[in-house]
Amino acid sequence: MKTRQTPPPLFLCFFRWYCHPRLVDHIEGDLLEEYLKRIQKSGKRKANIHFIIDVILLFRPGIIRPFNQYKHTNPAAMYQSYFKIAWRNLVKNKGYSSINIVGLAIGMAVAMSIALWVWDEVSFDSYFTNRERLAQVMVSQTNEGVTYTHGTVQMPLGDALRNGYASDFNSVSLASGNNSFMLTHNETKLPANGMWVQHEFSSMFTLKMLSGNYAALNNPSTMLISSSLAKSLFGEDDALNKSIRIDTRFDLVVGGVYEDFPYNTTFQGVKMLLPWDNKENWLNRQTAWTNHCGQLFVLLNDAVDLQGASEKIKAVPTSHIDKWKEEVMLHPMSDLHLYNAFENGKASGGRIQFVWLFGVIGVFVLLLACINFMNLSTARSEKRAKEVGIRKTIGSIRNQIVTQFLSESIMLSTLSLVISLVLVELSLPYFNMIADKRIAVPWESTTFWLIIITFTLFTGLIAGSYPAFYLSAFKPVKILKGAFIAGRSAVLPRKVLVVVQFTVSLTLIIGTMIIFWQIQHARERSAGYNRDGLITVGMYSTELRKNVEVIKNELLQKGVIESMALSSQSPAHFSNNNGIEWRGKDPGLVVFFRNVGVTPDYGKTVGWKLIKGRDFSPDLPSDSSAIIVNKNAARIMGFEDPLGEVVTFRGKQFTVIGVTEDMITQSPYASSEPSFFITDDWMGFIVMRLSESVPTPDALDKVQKVFKKHDPASPFNFSFVNADYAKKYSTEERIGNLSALFAILAIFISCLGLFGLASFVAEQRTKEIGIRKVLGATVVSIWKMLSKEFVMLTFIACGIAIPISFILMDKWLVQYQYRITITWQLFAIAALGILMLTLITVSFQAIKAAWASPVKNLRSE
Amino acid sequence: MKKYQLGEFEEIVILTIGILYKEAYGVAIKSEIETRLSRNVSMGALHTALVRLEDKGYIKSSEGESTEDRMGRPRRYYQITALGKKAMEHSKETRNALWKAIPKVALDVKLVSS
Repeated sequence: MKTRQTPPPLFLCFFRWYCHPRLVDHIEGDLLEEYLKRIQKSGKRKANIHFIIDVILLFRPGIIRPFNQYKHTNPAAMYQSYFKIAWRNLVKNKGYSSINIVGLAIGMAVAMSIALWVWDEVSFDSYFTNRERLAQVMVSQTNEGVTYTHGTVQMPLGDALRNGYASDFNSVSLASGNNSFMLTHNETKLPANGMWVQHEFSSMFTLKMLSGNYAALNNPSTMLISSSLAKSLFGEDDALNKSIRIDTRFDLVVGGVYEDFPYNTTFQGVKMLLPWDNKENWLNRQTAWTNHCGQLFVLLNDAVDLQGASEKIKAVPTSHIDKWKEEVMLHPMSDLHLYNAFENGKASGGRIQFVWLFGVIGVFVLLLACINFMNLSTARSEKRAKEVGIRKTIGSIRNQIVTQFLSESIMLSTLSLVISLVLVELSLPYFNMIADKRIAVPWESTTFWLIIITFTLFTGLIAGSYPAFYLSAFKPVKILKGAFIAGRSAVLPRKVLVVVQFTVSLTLIIGTMIIFWQIQHARERSAGYNRDGLITVGMYSTELRKNVEVIKNELLQKGVIESMALSSQSPAHFSNNNGIEWRGKDPGLVVFFRNVGVTPDYGKTVGWKLIKGRDFSPDLPSDSSAIIVNKNAARIMGFEDPLGEVVTFRGKQFTVIGVTEDMITQSPYASSEPSFFITDDWMGFIVMRLSESVPTPDALDKVQKVFKKHDPASPFNFSFVNADYAKKYSTEERIGNLSALFAILAIFISCLGLFGLASFVAEQRTKEIGIRKVLGATVVSIWKMLSKEFVMLTFIACGIAIPISFILMDKWLVQYQYRITITWQLFAIAALGILMLTLITVSFQAIKAAWASPVKNLRSE
Repeated sequence: MKKYQLGEFEEIVILTIGILYKEAYGVAIKSEIETRLSRNVSMGALHTALVRLEDKGYIKSSEGESTEDRMGRPRRYYQITALGKKAMEHSKETRNALWKAIPKVALDVKLVSS
């Protein structure tokens, strides 16, 4: 009878669920009393129905509990308390807190710097309003199955596109390369870079004119200059209509001043735009289709498809050239910077790879830092299980504890954010220097703030979520009884995280080592000549040209130089490229030789090594038709003994008198290019070797005085061949430096995390260590016990990182013809290094724990 | 007027609480109204009215004993407060004033059946 007297349980539960807790007890009592009465009166079935109706009718405002039971309490005071407690915890565990905050701050700073760098790369050329419609015309030359794509085109192509495809192209402009000129205005002399451009250029690239207008380039005697150049030439004076003498040869009038091109544009450093139609521009007279000497930019009409237009113009030069197959294509301005490598006539990547590479590194470093942060926060929070127990007993509800832990970790991540912003601001000048950038923190950008604040909150929430939700779920009775033990399952994810960290760090270390090794390998490669004390001076003025012999004799007499010669190009870089003919040459073979004009003293001055034959002699007039080839050129010509063979160049015959060792004049990573030297050529450079017996600054000073004496009008501008040569390494060095930086930071962050974790483990096992010591364990055995686990983790990380880095770096090295082969020693060194680092990091804690007096340890509590 | 808000059902409930005096708890009030007024009172309506009266301060409640026929749930007894008494008086006076204001003729409608 009694068991049957309960009302429908479902509805009773429903009632208990919705009823206001203040009312639930006595209303339920009323309901039950009524129910029992009804059973007696009219039976269970009717009573049930009545009960259900009552419950449903009770479901009305006034009875239903409010959604938020505590809505009347003011949470501000509670938050204040959370922050106070959080702060006390921070201060109490200074070591952990600083490891945690600094680790995350460094990770954030690295990620932020990389993000700024990536953004700068991606937004390259976005200064140009028409970026999406602009394109550069690229030429693909195919010969013997090898396609070579570059941006240097033949001059007739400009008019061919302008006149033949007017419906596709809004405007077309030819342009020279970025050349150096010597400018003179009154007493001011300075070198500046500029380009010869057609008049459409200014409107295509929407120059921002500060004075004057675009039309200035229509006039062959007026030019446009950048505002910084105007400032350095004319100071505060108005630059407009002032005349500038260029290279001491001709004058141009300033027709307008434009805002300098920003650093992240293709035309960075172009300080002046010279009128294409001026007679000093030799490019405007080039009509041969085989002669590639300038650049060509086009602006597409609205709604013209770039690929379609590219297909259309593809075959324009093909019919004009019979020696090799040549096609052109449009390379969009938006890809110009990032996709600068070509394969089989198609853009195949280039700089974009670095954007990806560093992007991935940035994400990984940030990941490492976040992992640390979570790991340490979690490890620490387990220590606070008792606090949670007490809080719950006193009356905290679960939500409050969740809020407490979350607000605490958000506070930490916000602190890290502040530190990381300071770090980024302080390190940007250095970062800009090694990355060759002009990046600034976009303090005013709302997007920037939105992103970093979102990120900070996100990190804080993720890192705080484990302690917040895990610990708050515990029953206070259990925790306070001491039954709270972190199980094995809680340790495993942390171990996985440590392995991930070390895998990433190790991959970065190995990558960096290989990059540096490769650079070193190329550095040690013999240049084929002696660069020490070698300087070059450009012969820009007619005065200098006239007096060069006098200068030479005077310098030699004074003993400041060992020898001096003239050449058409600097020994650090040969740029001319031409075809030559020889006896028995395969008519189908198209090969370009670097042609260099030299005076007979050249070989002596640069110190090249002759393998065969003799050097030029100033005493033999017949040497004007003599030629010296390098080893590679001799190999290509295929003569057993090249001496005495006759070579035709520019329609003139030359006799081979000598063969030199290959000189590195191009990339030190590529195999040497065939080159030859003749005396019958136009000379543009003075090459001289400073005397070893005179200190370099003194020697330079004396050389300058002599130059000034004989050419007072021009400033003395020289460059060290060594410095020019070093530039060949700059790209690789930049990557090397950046990845070294990131690798070091990644390792640092990983070690911080490991240090924190090790100390946590040691602390957790304090009692165990104490008992072990009492039972006779030695310091060494305890150290071993504590370190073993971490060493194992490092081994696993090595096992993963070595194959990954091998595959990646092997791929990277393929692009260099002159390269190292990766050996196992390298991996061994890296693995050993990281193992040592792990041991040192862990041992610090392990030994500390092992040394501690067991009496103290066992007494705790 | 606004001072003493007392709805029709609320008035019935508070009057009943007065009638029951010391014995006024949920079920007792309910059955009292049901017998006296011969109308059905739902638990929902009654408790909503009680909550409202208590919020207004017209009645106060105290936890009572728990009995077996309530399966151990306590009773909650209600009592009229001074404010509640004033509200009841006010309500009654208004009614009386209104009654008095009705001219005798207006009620002389014996012949009309409803």
